[in-house]
Amino acid sequence: MDIATMFDDVKRMNKRQFLYQVLSFGMIVSSALMIWKGLMVGTGSESPIVVVLSGSMEPAFHRGDLLFLTNYPEEPVRVGEIVVFKVEGRDIPIVHRVLKLHEKENGTVKFLTKGDNNSVDDRGLYAPGQLWLTKKDVVGRARGFLPYVGMVTILMNEYPKFKYAVLACLGFYVLIHRE
Amino acid sequence: MHSVLQRGNAILAYALSVLACLTFACFISTVFLDYRTNAGMNTVKVVVKNVPDYSAAREKNDLGFLTFDLQTNLTGLFNWNVKQLFLYLTAEYETANNKLNQIVLWDKIILRGETAVLDFKNMNTKYYFWDDGDGLRGNKNITLTLSWNIIPNAGLLPNVFAHGQHSFKFPDEYTTSRM
Repeated sequence: MDIATMFDDVKRMNKRQFLYQVLSFGMIVSSALMIWKGLMVGTGSESPIVVVLSGSMEPAFHRGDLLFLTNYPEEPVRVGEIVVFKVEGRDIPIVHRVLKLHEKENGTVKFLTKGDNNSVDDRGLYAPGQLWLTKKDVVGRARGFLPYVGMVTILMNEYPKFKYAVLACLGFYVLIHRE
Repeated sequence: MHSVLQRGNAILAYALSVLACLTFACFISTVFLDYRTNAGMNTVKVVVKNVPDYSAAREKNDLGFLTFDLQTNLTGLFNWNVKQLFLYLTAEYETANNKLNQIVLWDKIILRGETAVLDFKNMNTKYYFWDDGDGLRGNKNITLTLSWNIIPNAGLLPNVFAHGQHSFKFPDEYTTSRM
């Protein structure tokens, strides 16, 4: 299929058909959004799928691996679990393992994390003066693992032009392709 | 006649779906396996001190020192969907301050293909045994457990407890001598 025949498709469309294509494009976008928001409800996590961005958990997780998170409030945090947490003043959530944990009678819990590949614990990464993490810092607990898949998003974030090119191609294809 | 673009598209789509199916088969074939096994552990030397914790708030906290023996054979845990085991030795206890304390004292990464028969004698801990306060001296019931976090090629990330644990108590007096 070369460029000329591709545009032939568009030429043969009338207004109704074109509108139909636009609508189906909208359907794709909105169902993707629904799936994401549905996952948020199902897992209790504000970000149910994360991409590993650093090598601090190697050799378990490498850059570009995909993690599936849950964050059910009734499930307690325990030592040895891999948590994803946010630190004040840092945009990117961190994926590290719980090293120490203290839980009070009333259920308040404070814990310290460390990356498997780091030689020291995470106190240096926390906000100044912060010694412990608490439940409100946690975005989710890692439950599932899929290698390499997140590489696509890393590529897209590092090369914005590539992202716009992919998005443009996909959008273009959906709009002009006749069903 | 099919164009190069169409052929490439078909090959890519087919290859990706075969890959996805194989990954799923790999995941489903190991998801119901029981990853528990036996481990024997023992403490050799146990002392406790009361010293300022300069890594945290500089308050005087109880600091335990211990050496331990550990024997286990984890060779049977490895299969085609186990990339790595993350072993960790946890001390769990209760104090007046906290209902539950969990401290990881030692950890080890075992990749597939490395030897998984462990027999340690009189090992030092890898991390400091700081209590959150002064609840270690005379503490009658500290439980050591060995657990592992299974890192698959693709799939769930279970944390598994070994069969077998060891309880010990800290002495009633602080040690003042240098160690």
